[in-house]
Amino acid sequence: MEKLSNSLLNMTVVLTATAIVTGGLLAFVNDVTKEPIAEVNKQATTDGIVKVMGGNPNIKTDADTIENNGNTFVVYNVTDDKGNALGNAVESSTMGFGGELKVLTGFDAEGNILGYTILGHAETPGLGAKATDWFQKGGKGDIIGKNPAKNNLMVSKDEKDGKKGEVDAITASTITSRAFLKTVNEAYEASAKSAPATDCNTQPTVAAADSVNANVEEAK
Amino acid sequence: MKKYIDILINGLIKENPVFVLVLGMCPTLATTSSAINGLSMGLATCFVLICSNLVISLIKNITPDKVHIPVYICIIATFVTVLQMLLAAYVPEVNASLGIFIPLIVVNCIILGRAESFASKHGPIESIFDGIGIGLGFAFALTLLGGCREFLGTGKIFDLTVFPEDFGALMFVLPPGAFITLGFLTAIVNKIRGVKN
Repeated sequence: MEKLSNSLLNMTVVLTATAIVTGGLLAFVNDVTKEPIAEVNKQATTDGIVKVMGGNPNIKTDADTIENNGNTFVVYNVTDDKGNALGNAVESSTMGFGGELKVLTGFDAEGNILGYTILGHAETPGLGAKATDWFQKGGKGDIIGKNPAKNNLMVSKDEKDGKKGEVDAITASTITSRAFLKTVNEAYEASAKSAPATDCNTQPTVAAADSVNANVEEAK
Repeated sequence: MKKYIDILINGLIKENPVFVLVLGMCPTLATTSSAINGLSMGLATCFVLICSNLVISLIKNITPDKVHIPVYICIIATFVTVLQMLLAAYVPEVNASLGIFIPLIVVNCIILGRAESFASKHGPIESIFDGIGIGLGFAFALTLLGGCREFLGTGKIFDLTVFPEDFGALMFVLPPGAFITLGFLTAIVNKIRGVKN
């Protein structure tokens, strides 16, 4: 078969046809994968809340959106199955080294960090991506049990008000570490703003968020 | 049949994209901080390469020369986006660890390079074999490079500890280590291939 000549008509037709076919294929795949992707993300949030709130799977959550200093945070007021308040899990994000760094942090009623998990990031594999383990209990930059109000949660080479940071940065990933600690500190502020869990409706900035009410039992 | 095997071997060894053609250096250097990252990146690229080679060899005669590059890029970008959506939906762990490097497969010059130099001149079956050969060659090179860097830098291979992490030379996980390891591996491969300058 002869190759098509370079006439204007041929070029226009071929380019248009390519665009239509590829566009159609993308729309189709997007349609197929939209549900699973949303499912995966929702499951990650639910699992994350359980993980950062001490691992009790029988919890109920109530989602709120808090605005603080121009940033938006999703605060989940977490209660166990007997109705006791456990604290807040806060979803916050900031710019890391490679893109958005999205962190879920759990705080108890006093504001001590119960746990954290990284919901999404674009950090360098092998370097900044280590943040998933680095700041956990037993990790080199352990932040679990610390309270952002009392402890200076910054990397050890930075200082604020003459106080040195208390957290060891990830080796060769100081930017990621700074971003991570910044967003944890911001999450703490948002959590403090939303507390106490009972009268969060009086906050003028609270907007009704897509209520997750994630009963983990159901998800299982 | 022998023809196809030759094409396969050609991509794996004789024209290995990393060690011989020195194509696709950006993902090669950036994603090989561990063996598993190198392997996943190599297989992701392999998938896109096979699909794009097949489609491009099928449409090579109905693509006017003056618009062939935009058409090829459009096809490659489509496959990469499809791959990314599939990874996000069904293997979120891989998607999370490769992150930004998946969309960058679009501009990986191996894929456009093979489309230009092979798929646009050969039939669909040869092109598929070329895609498999070059793709596996790329995956092999990336796994080898990632394995060496992970071993020297952290004392692990595929997360299995060989020696304690404290004795590792961290430099090998960092960007300079990628250049050094790549240089030595290329030299070794060239020695094995018997290249003289």
